[in-house]
This record gives sequence, C-alpha cells and structure tokens, in this order.
Amino acid sequence: MPSIVRCYLKTALVMFILALGVGLVQNLGGILPFSPSSLTPVYFHLLMVGWVTQFILGVALWMLPKYSMEKPRGIQALSWAAYILLNIGLLVRAVGEPLNAYSSGLVWDWLLILSAILQWMGGILYVINAWKRVKVK
Amino acid sequence: MPRLSAWAVRLSLLYLLLGFTVGAIMLANKGIPFAPWIWRLLPAHIDFLLFGFVIQLAIGIAHWILPRYQGGSRGKETLVWGAISLLNLGIWTVSCISLFNLPGQWLVVGRLLEGTAAVLFASQAWGRIRPS
Repeated sequence: MPSIVRCYLKTALVMFILALGVGLVQNLGGILPFSPSSLTPVYFHLLMVGWVTQFILGVALWMLPKYSMEKPRGIQALSWAAYILLNIGLLVRAVGEPLNAYSSGLVWDWLLILSAILQWMGGILYVINAWKRVKVK
Repeated sequence: MPRLSAWAVRLSLLYLLLGFTVGAIMLANKGIPFAPWIWRLLPAHIDFLLFGFVIQLAIGIAHWILPRYQGGSRGKETLVWGAISLLNLGIWTVSCISLFNLPGQWLVVGRLLEGTAAVLFASQAWGRIRPS
C-alpha cells in the first residue's frame, strides 16, 4: 500500500477516535465551563469528513484504475496537497467553531473562513487528480 | 471499470465538489454572516454528500468489483442504471424543497425515489454476493 494511501487511512482512523472523543465531551453537559452544544458540528464533521470521507478517499486513491504505468496514481502532489488542506482545514474548524460560538466577532470568525477555503480547495485538488483515473475499460 | 461504474464514480466526485462548495459557503457564513438564506442549503449539503457522494460511489464501486456471474456478466445493468437515475432524481427533489419552499410532501417523494433506488440496486447486487 503506497505511503499516501496509508496516510489517508491512518489519519482517518485518528479522526474516528478524535470524533468519538468529542462526542464524549459533548455529553459531559454540566461539568464543562462552556456549552457542549457548540461541539455538535465539530463532532459531526470529524466523523463524516475526517473519518468516513477521508477513509473513502484513501481507499479510492488505492484502488481506482491506474492513470498510467509511470504515474499509477496520477499527480501524487495533488493528492498530498488535498490531504494536507483537508486535514488542516478540519482541525482549524474544530478549534475555531467552539471558540466562535463562545465569543464571535473576533479572530475565530476568520478561522472559520480559512477552514472553509482550505477544505474546499482540498476537495477540488482531490477530484482533479481522481477524475483522470475514472475510465472505462 | 464498466461504463456504468465510471458514470456513478464521476457523478459521485461531482457531488463531492458540490457538497464541499455548499458546506464551505455555509461555514464561511457562520464566521462572517453575509447571506442568512444560505442555511436553506443545509438539506442539499447533506444529501449531496451522503447520497450523492458516499452512496453513489459505493454503488458504482460495488457494481464494478462484486463477483460476476458465469461468463463474466454483471447481471441486469438496467436495474443499476435505474437505481442511479432514481437516486439522483431523489437527491435533487430533496435538495430543491428548502431552496424553493416546496411543500413538505415533496420530501416523501424524494425519499421514495431514493428508497426505490436502494431496492433496485439491492435486487441486482444480491445474487452476486456469494461464496467464491
């Protein structure tokens, strides 16, 4: 299994554990100094983007038809860039969203915008590279 | 990869882009509100990613890699074409409800279309899931 695929899959597993950890914190209600309801979108996106989507993207990167004999997985730099942008974007959101809910109007607002741009670019780069590998045989 | 799978996978990649785009706009709007109406896109965001990306990709890949029948046939492809068509019709029906303020009954129509897609796909894939 190539290193890029291993990175996607192992990071997805870490996000899975992280998401369930956030889910646990969410249910600690009265014990915490902040409202755990602000963690709901973070929990959901760590689970659905960080775990489910990232795992799917990793497996697809591994098993889609080869682009060519020389470049079986297309332009690997695009897949690496997508991996980095997606995960940094997701983590920026995980930090920014609860802080934004706690006190908006500060730098946290811009963290959400940064996160949106990073994840969106990650998605675009992944699709650009994967698209060429989806071919009829 | 058969033509049908290529279509399903390409469609799913397009939905990934659509879903991420809608999600990014909603997240940015959460940071600095610029369009309160954007929240009407939430059902579309969910359906694009869950049904359009995840489920459609699973159908396309499953059709490609599940064991074939004797002679190399993948069974009645028309059933899977039907499943893909109904799934996409269902996704857009559900997505248009909040966007165009359609009556709630349309949600039943959308879910029925998606449910029928599941039945069509399951009936086609069932026979291919067997011991080797």
